[in-house]
Amino acid sequence: MSFAWANSYEPKNPFMVWMDEKLPLPRLVYNAIGAGYPVPRNLNYMWNFGVLAGFFLVFQIVTGIILAMHYAANTDVAFGQIEHIMRNVNYGWLMKYAHANGASFFFMVIYLHIFRGFYYSSYKAPREMIWLLGVVIFLLMMATAFMGYVLPWGQMSFWGAKVITGLFGAIPFIGEPLQVWLVGGYAPNNSTLNRFFSLHFLLPFVILGAVILHVWALHIPGSSNPTGVEVKKESDTVPFHPYYTAKDGWFLGLVLTLFAFVVFFAPNALGHAENWIEANPLSTPALIVPEWYFYPFYAILRAFTGDLTIPFTGIVLIEAKLLGVIAMFGSILLWFFLPWLDKSPVRSGSYRPMFRIFFWIFVIDMAALFYLGGAKAEEPYIVMSQIATAWYFLHFLVILPIVSQIEVPKALPFSITEAVLGKDEPAAQTAAEPAE
Amino acid sequence: MTIRLGGILFGLGITGVLLLWSLLPGALNFAFPTKPDYYAFQEKNIAPEGGFSFDGPLGTWDTQQLQRGYQVYKEVCSACHSLKFVAFRNLQEIGYTEAEVRAEAASWEVPGIDPKDGSVVKRPGLPTDMFPSPYANEVEARAFNNNALPPDLTLITKARNDGVHYVYSLMQGYNEVDPEDQAKSPDFETPAGLYFNEYFYNINIAMPPQLLDGIVTYSDGTEATEEQMAQDITAFLTWAGEPTLIKRKQTGWFVIGFLLFATFFGFMSYKTVWAGKKKKKGDVELV
Ligand code: HEM
Repeated sequence: MSFAWANSYEPKNPFMVWMDEKLPLPRLVYNAIGAGYPVPRNLNYMWNFGVLAGFFLVFQIVTGIILAMHYAANTDVAFGQIEHIMRNVNYGWLMKYAHANGASFFFMVIYLHIFRGFYYSSYKAPREMIWLLGVVIFLLMMATAFMGYVLPWGQMSFWGAKVITGLFGAIPFIGEPLQVWLVGGYAPNNSTLNRFFSLHFLLPFVILGAVILHVWALHIPGSSNPTGVEVKKESDTVPFHPYYTAKDGWFLGLVLTLFAFVVFFAPNALGHAENWIEANPLSTPALIVPEWYFYPFYAILRAFTGDLTIPFTGIVLIEAKLLGVIAMFGSILLWFFLPWLDKSPVRSGSYRPMFRIFFWIFVIDMAALFYLGGAKAEEPYIVMSQIATAWYFLHFLVILPIVSQIEVPKALPFSITEAVLGKDEPAAQTAAEPAE
Repeated sequence: MTIRLGGILFGLGITGVLLLWSLLPGALNFAFPTKPDYYAFQEKNIAPEGGFSFDGPLGTWDTQQLQRGYQVYKEVCSACHSLKFVAFRNLQEIGYTEAEVRAEAASWEVPGIDPKDGSVVKRPGLPTDMFPSPYANEVEARAFNNNALPPDLTLITKARNDGVHYVYSLMQGYNEVDPEDQAKSPDFETPAGLYFNEYFYNINIAMPPQLLDGIVTYSDGTEATEEQMAQDITAFLTWAGEPTLIKRKQTGWFVIGFLLFATFFGFMSYKTVWAGKKKKKGDVELV
């Protein structure tokens, strides 16, 4: 992996020489995230979010393990156990708020990371595998976050779990037995809490494994860049260290400062007050909604209000609930097909005038879905989420394939060097193939 | 090619189903939005003049006020409510000495077991006991309260939207029905056994008005007006809900100060490292 001109690792002191012979771990690090990994020199700040996502994954694992030392997965005591952490455990309040808001920040960072991918079509060859693994990671993250939210056993924990596990009941024939089997009963109960705790502890490590594959796959072609023109020669790149370690480092500081503002001064701003009430299966909250990062998909789920029937006969082909479930899962699963839906040879949205307009319309559409997923299930929100949902599917499945077919892209720069410096040495215009 | 064709078909299919079977029939409802008949009475929460001492990033506890709030809790609220996650020993955090806490705890009755015959009895509280509920169980609580259940108050200021101001407002929300609002919702009425309160989520609340002027006599001599007591009990319950609130904000300043410092140096080294690698002024615009 990596380019021909990459710096090579040469251990200097005798211990590192010895180490390199026995276990070349320093060499691996040097070649993966050190001076031995050449990276395009023109990356903008949208390329910082991968490293940030990695940071928050580790952060969640560390705070989560500390919380797990004080938590108890039992419906009789779980809610009180959180209060015990908040009140009696040294800096327990900090761990609890850091972990809850850490999840929010993790998702914020991931959404920006994914939207970078949409705009610069990072999913295109030769980076399809990075993208596919990314979608797998995103699905795992959603499962993990959903189960984590159940653990404090508040009202939203319980009712959110009830609504989401209830979705399995929509599957024809096997739905209901499947749901009872997954939940361990007819409604979320002590068995549910136990298995969710177990899985919530396990899945982050599965994510970690998937992230390692994701980064491995990234290191085969190397990062793309804002022009979408592939690296051709040494002057197109800089070594990851110190250039991107410095850039990622200071940017991490900035994001952590923002994060600290939320954790210390508004730790409940992103959550629901309802979840500070202990779960009560006999009292349904007025509005059941998930955490904000699930809103777009929750809006899609709720958009389907009518059964699919044969007109004038009243024969139901597919029930509304099942349609919603298909659409909700479909809305993410379709990302798997993105590399093959968008066939434009140009990667970067900056050189695709038509795509660019639709990209920004899509951003607005997503913003609308974010808003609507948390709104009450009443008009005008229902009609609005139906329109926004329709646009979501049209954008990916109809507009994107057609636009990539008919659009005339702008002229691309010859090389990254030219894009940065405005000119490039013609003599140096010999393309170098990335060597593996 | 097949993927794109399949994609287009699936995309058109799912939007078609959505638009024809969900949006079209539903659009009829759109013309007739329904609102609950009491919405006209709902008022926005109010805040005390000058705010609370613990508001904002620089807030602090006013221990004098917390102690007054504790007095209101003990003499008024605790007749029906509990604070099941707060222990008497926590009162030390609001300025009582260890001896005072012991005496204070002993002035409460908590459920216990007779060491001689094992029967369920009441015994004086110890500093490690939690603030008890006046009722033995939910059935008894409902029986005494017209079938309504007085909630535990530990987390009340966190368990409602804008909870601090909500509690402050609710305590003072037993006002006359505005005839204009009544005209908008002519069917609205307050059933017997409930009380009109314009801050409660469905307006009629089972809790009667509590903070009648002078219902407590403050030991620090402060005049016990409804507004004063509402402020004090809100402060006390905010503390009960999150005793670490002020420590959290103070820690925050320290952490943010450190982060800003580290970020600044990170930025400076980033600038140094990249000097010469960026495009310079006069170069062609980077796309
Ligand atoms: C725990 C979650 C994740 C971590 C830690 C992670 C980490 C990274 C890192 C370190 C990079 C290289 C730096 C960068 O381009 O920002 C990267 C690139 C990339 N990631 Fe992720 N990622 C995660 C989730 C995702 C998800 C959910 C997707 C998409 C659905 C995704 C898609 C991509 C793509 C396409 C690239 C290549 C971008 C390019 O070079 O243009 N990643 N990821």
